[in-house]
Amino acid sequence: MYRLLKDRTIASFVSLVGLIVMVFFLSRLTGDPTNLFLPIDASQEMRDQFRRLHGLDQPLFNQFLNYVGDVLRLDFGDSVRRAQPALDVVLPAFLWTLQLAVITMVLVMGCAVLVGSLAAFRVGGFFDRLASFVSLIGASAPDFWIAIVVIVIFSVNLGWLPTSGTGSVAHWLLPIAVLFVRPFGLLVQVVRGSMITALSSAYVKTARAKGVKNLPLIFVHTLRNAMLPVITVMGDQAAALLNGAVVVESIFGFPGVGKLMIDSILQRDFNVVLAAIMVTAIAIFVMNLLIDIAYSLLDPRIRY
Amino acid sequence: MTQTDPSQTGTAARQASPVRRVCGMLWRDKPAFLAVVFLLIMVVCAVAGPHFLSDVAGSQNLRGRNAPPFSMEKGWLYLLGADSLGRPLLARIVVAARNTLMIASGAVILSMLIGTTLGLIAGYSSRRVSQVIMRLADVIMSFPSLLLAVIVLYMLPPSVFNLVIVLSITRIPVYLRTTRAEVLEIRERMFIQAAKVMGASNLRIIFRHILPVVAPTILTIATLDFAFVMLAESSLSFLGIGIQPPEITWGLMVSQGRPYLTTAWWLAFWPGLAIILTTLSLNLLSNWMRIALDPVQRWRLEKRAKTAKEARVV
Repeated sequence: MYRLLKDRTIASFVSLVGLIVMVFFLSRLTGDPTNLFLPIDASQEMRDQFRRLHGLDQPLFNQFLNYVGDVLRLDFGDSVRRAQPALDVVLPAFLWTLQLAVITMVLVMGCAVLVGSLAAFRVGGFFDRLASFVSLIGASAPDFWIAIVVIVIFSVNLGWLPTSGTGSVAHWLLPIAVLFVRPFGLLVQVVRGSMITALSSAYVKTARAKGVKNLPLIFVHTLRNAMLPVITVMGDQAAALLNGAVVVESIFGFPGVGKLMIDSILQRDFNVVLAAIMVTAIAIFVMNLLIDIAYSLLDPRIRY
Repeated sequence: MTQTDPSQTGTAARQASPVRRVCGMLWRDKPAFLAVVFLLIMVVCAVAGPHFLSDVAGSQNLRGRNAPPFSMEKGWLYLLGADSLGRPLLARIVVAARNTLMIASGAVILSMLIGTTLGLIAGYSSRRVSQVIMRLADVIMSFPSLLLAVIVLYMLPPSVFNLVIVLSITRIPVYLRTTRAEVLEIRERMFIQAAKVMGASNLRIIFRHILPVVAPTILTIATLDFAFVMLAESSLSFLGIGIQPPEITWGLMVSQGRPYLTTAWWLAFWPGLAIILTTLSLNLLSNWMRIALDPVQRWRLEKRAKTAKEARVV
């Protein structure tokens, strides 16, 4: 366990450093922020003062060193747009996204395991064909298009659900439904494939010969052994959600971290972008660790 | 070579060209066959469509603004309706197929070439080189790909070329990791050792012995990835940082139709449907390729379709 933690921390530290370097220099290349934050007729003195205030007058490399030093002290700097510490802007947004991601993934997991296992039980049967067809379409549909279609149906025509914002339970339904579709489609296919393999193994035949009923056979005996590839794919999908479903959050005006990131990039609020990326990267690191622990819980042969 | 039972298959079948064999295997998987037909139509649209239709697709007709679909009075080009400037949607979808497919195929080919090459190097060379390449892949992987594209496209002018570069960078790790994993396994096999003993150079081993074994997997992934890249490009264009008007892609068309959702749903609906059908076809094709390119499973698609069908049910 300890070794896993150590190896993982080193590996992700390397990629985190890479991320910081990349984002820092990429974001500084997008142009002069004084043009964006000061009025067009700002005098040279005002521009200079603004640069000095935010440390933008120093050589790029010094700016980078300063930044790294601050990050090590968990100080991500101030959001230039909102005049608040960047972390204070990012954390609430991240919590919104976290809730959205967790609810969506729990739903996806439950439904995909149920549908995929039942489909795998009678390969080629009616339910299997239906499930394969639905999951294929789900995995192929662009999320922004689904978002638009459900808005037209449920918000515009039927008037049941709000189009954007947060506040009530109703506000959550459409974003969750839209985010649900693609991971669900992918996961059903993975569960089905994995279950087909597991169901043809010897211990299932033994269990069947002993007279185990169908349902316990699927959900007690087989499922646990078929879960490993499922969890891998689920982790990828959850990471994508944690990174912020940029498009879906933008369409539904959801105050999550994806929307925050894209808004901050467009507003050149570098500190917020970097803080958001660091926070999500750490979250994904923790999630991957949890997934590895789940592996060893599911399969006692895996030991760290 | 494939062994055919001479008593069962006639001379014609035995001399069947590879093309015919592939077609036969495709015909036996009807969904995949339909998918290929649809994709071929799309390719024809992309290659020939702009030649004939780009004038029509760009010509405004303000009296036909947001013309509803399924009315033939303006001619067959208006079958799917018209957009907010009265331009026929059908013609625009056909013309947009070129940009959409060109960007996706460009990005897939580029990332496939670079990713596979790096993967072969990482799998076959020393540990240290491999480590460097893999960490590089980790950095790209841990970065939300859409966000990377947003940042880069914010810096560079969003042209077709830049879009291809950005999208391909984000997809390189997929090929890299797959290729490396396969190479690590293949290089330990007997035939590689035999080649080494016979004095084959590293390059020869990689290109003559390893690459052909890896290629089917890579091709299958590439087909699937084509769909993914298309969706990513559509998302970027939808967010307004991809292709810029007057150039068009399907994603951009969806985004242009968004303000008219309440009054004219078809503006955003049809291009979205084009995206879905294309990605769906690519998924089906990829599923078929996974079986057809796998020597162990290929029998399912070869002659004696009846037994194959029975076997599948069991």
